[in-house]
Amino acid sequence: MKKFLTGNEAVARGAYEAGVTYASAYPGTPSTEILENIAPFKEHMYAEWAPNEKVALETAIGASIAGARALSAMKHVGVNVAADPLFTYSYTGVNGGLVLVSADDPGMHSSQNEQDNRYYAKFAKLAMLEPSDSQEAKDFVKVALEISEKYDKPVLLRVTTRICHSKTLVELGEREEVEIKPYKKNIPKYVASPANARVLHIKVEERLKQLEKFSNETDLNKIEWNDKKIGIVTSGIAYQYAKEVFGDNVSYLKLGFTYPLPMKKIKEFADQVETLYVIEELEPYIEEQMKAAGIKCIGKELIPRIGELNPDIIAKAILKEERPMIKYSEAEVVGRPPTLCAGCPHRGFFYMLSKKKNVMITGDIGCYTLGSAQPLSSMDTCICMGASVSAGHGAQKAFSFNGVDKKVIGVIGDSTFFHSGVTGLMDIVYNKGNAVTVILDNRITGMTGHQENPGTGYTLQGEKTHAINIPMLCEAVGVKKENIFIINPLNLDDCNKTIDEAFSKKEPTVIITEWPCVLKKPSPEDIEKFGNKKIICKVDEEKCKACRICTKTGCPAISFDEKAKINEDMCVGCDVCLQACPFDAIVKVGE
Amino acid sequence: MSGVKNILLVGVGGQGIILASKILSQGLISAGYDVKMSEVHGMAQRGGSVTTQVRFGKKVYSPIIGKGQADIVVSFEKMETLRWLDHLKIGGKVVVNDYEIPSAPILVGDAKYPENVISILEEKASTTVFKAAEIAKELGNIRTMNIVMLGALTKAMGLKDVAWEKILKNNVKEKFVDVNIQALRKGMEQVEE
Repeated sequence: MKKFLTGNEAVARGAYEAGVTYASAYPGTPSTEILENIAPFKEHMYAEWAPNEKVALETAIGASIAGARALSAMKHVGVNVAADPLFTYSYTGVNGGLVLVSADDPGMHSSQNEQDNRYYAKFAKLAMLEPSDSQEAKDFVKVALEISEKYDKPVLLRVTTRICHSKTLVELGEREEVEIKPYKKNIPKYVASPANARVLHIKVEERLKQLEKFSNETDLNKIEWNDKKIGIVTSGIAYQYAKEVFGDNVSYLKLGFTYPLPMKKIKEFADQVETLYVIEELEPYIEEQMKAAGIKCIGKELIPRIGELNPDIIAKAILKEERPMIKYSEAEVVGRPPTLCAGCPHRGFFYMLSKKKNVMITGDIGCYTLGSAQPLSSMDTCICMGASVSAGHGAQKAFSFNGVDKKVIGVIGDSTFFHSGVTGLMDIVYNKGNAVTVILDNRITGMTGHQENPGTGYTLQGEKTHAINIPMLCEAVGVKKENIFIINPLNLDDCNKTIDEAFSKKEPTVIITEWPCVLKKPSPEDIEKFGNKKIICKVDEEKCKACRICTKTGCPAISFDEKAKINEDMCVGCDVCLQACPFDAIVKVGE
Repeated sequence: MSGVKNILLVGVGGQGIILASKILSQGLISAGYDVKMSEVHGMAQRGGSVTTQVRFGKKVYSPIIGKGQADIVVSFEKMETLRWLDHLKIGGKVVVNDYEIPSAPILVGDAKYPENVISILEEKASTTVFKAAEIAKELGNIRTMNIVMLGALTKAMGLKDVAWEKILKNNVKEKFVDVNIQALRKGMEQVEE
C-alpha cells in the first residue's frame, strides 16, 4: 500500500516497521512531528518528550544498552545540546541499534543558525545516512538500525526541512518485531573511563575502516550512468534538485550513506566523467573530503554555501540558465513578519516591559522570541535555549562589577525553562546574582505546536502525570518565597508593579506569568483554573480619539483607519488593548 | 521537467492552505499521478506568509519549484499574490481571493496596504478574481474559504477526472461535509471553462 507522507511521518513509520520500542525527543521545528507520529503506535513503541535533547538522547542510549532498538530525534541545534553523550556513545557502541535523527534547517525557516550537521558524523565518528525523499526516510531508519547493530555504532540519520515537511509517496511495509537483545554487564564497553576509552578509541577507528568498506559496496551509494560528459556527486534533497535540472542527461553518484564516504567508488566515478560537479546543500562536506583525497571537482565555486538550495540555483550556477520571469514592482508588497497571536498571553507582559527604561532584556527560543518584533521590541538578545537566564546573569554581573547602572531581565517560556533555564537560575542563586528571571508559563510548548512538557500534567502518549510546580521548583533551587511573584500577564497593572518590585530587589527574583496559550485546547485543569469565558472587545467609535495607543500593543486583531477597529473573528477578549486605552474607548462584549 | 505541473498556493497562516493542499494532493494521487507537496511549518504559521507547493506528473523529482515555474498561483489573500507573482510562469494563471489581511507593519501604521493589486495582476497574467470569504460566509462558515479556493483551483487547472467530493468527505469532520461540498461547488462556479 502506498501512502502520501511527509519525511517526518515516514521516519515514524520506519521506526514502527523496524521494530523500534523506545523513542525520545525534545520538540523543535523541523523535527517535531517525528515523535508525534510515533506516539500513536502505543502498543508497539514507548515514546516520550524529554525535557531537553541531551536527556532525550541519554534515555535512548539507556534503552539501547538495555538491548532495545531506540530512536531519538531533534532539530540541528538540538544536537549541540546532545553532543556530550553522542560523542561518547560513539566510543562505547550499542547493544540494541540506535538512530539519532538530526533535522537540519537550511534557509533557517525557523532556526537561529544554519549549521550543517553532517560534520557531526565526521566529528563524532558516527555512521551517517541521508535520505532524499519520504520513501528513503522510511527505509533508511531500518537500514540505519541494522548498520548500528552490525557495526556497533550509533547512526546519524540526517534530514533537512525540505525532507521533513515535503510529502511524497511511500510504499508501506509490515512491522518486524525485533526481540530485545539480552543485556549483559560489560564494564570495559560501557564505562568510558580513561583506561577503557583508550581501548575503545582503537576499536572506533577499526570500525570506521569497516564502515568505509561497506560504504564502497552498498547500494545506498549508487551510480546512475548516462552521458559521461558531466558527472554529479550529490546527496539528500540536492539529488532531487539535480535530477530536476539535468534529468537523464548526465551521470550521477547518489550518496545515501555519507559517513564514511565511499572514496573508492567516488574515484571510480570521477575517473570516467569529463567534468565532475559536487552538488550539496550548505557546506562543502563531501567536496572537502574529495579534494583532500586528490579528486578534482567543482562545487562551492558555483553552488552557494548559504541558504536553502533549489533547482533554479543549480540551473543558474551550472547551466547559466536564467528563467524568464514576470517583472513587477516588489516595493508594492508590504512585509508579513510572524507576530504574537491575537490574545497571546505574552503580549500584556511584553507591553508593560517595553515601557521600562534603562533595561536589558535577554530573550530565548520560543513564540515569545516574537516579543522582539515591533511595536513591542522588548527583547535585546536571543542566542539559544536557556540562554536568557544565564546570559542575563552574566550581563547583570558585568554591569554591576563595572559600575554600569542597568537592570537585566531574562524572559523564558515554561518548556524552555525545563529544557535548560533552570540550570541558569541555579547559577543566579548560587553566585548571588540579581538579574530578574521571568517564566512565561503558557501551560504548553507553544511554538512547535502544543507539545506536552513536564509542567502540563500529561505525557506524549496522553497519560495523566505529575505536573512540575514551577514556583516550588524555583524555591527548591533557592529563590526566596517572597521573591517569587505569580501574576496574570493580561493584567497590565500587576505586570507593571511586579516588574518594578522585582527590579528593586537585591536578591534573585522570579516572575511567573501564568495564562494558557490562546491556541491551546484547554485541559480540564486549565478550565478549572483559568475559566472558559467567550468574550471579545469592541471599539466605541464615539470615544476613540485616534491616539493609536492600542495598536502599540502589537495585536494583529487591531487595525487603524481613522479610528481603531478590532477584528471580531480574531479577538478573544484578552482585554490588553482595553487596559491600554487611555479614553475607555474599548469595551467588552459577551460578559 | 516536461509534463510536470506546478501549483503554488499562497496566503496567510491560519487560512487552511495546508488542508486544501492535502486534499488537492490526494485527488491527484487518486488520478494516478506522482505527486510531491511541500509545506511550511514553524514560525511562518504565526501570522506570517504561508505557501505550499504541489507538483504532479508522471515522475516528479524536486518537491519545490523556483521562480517563473508555477502554472498557476492560487492566492488566499490579495497582497500575498504579489509577493509570489515572480514564481508564476509567463503565460500562467492567477486565481485570487479578493480578501485582505493586513500584516503587522500595516496594522501599526508603518505601511499602507497596496491599493492596486488586482490591476497589477490583470496587467501581468490571466487573472480570475472573486470574493471567497463572502461566498463562505453566505454558506454559513467562513472557514470553508479554503475549500471555495480549492474548487476554483481544480476548475482552473481542468482537473475534472477526480472524485473531489469523495476525497473531501474523507478529510473533514462529518458535520462539516455538506457545507464543504457546497463550498467546493461554489468555488468551481467562479472559474470559466
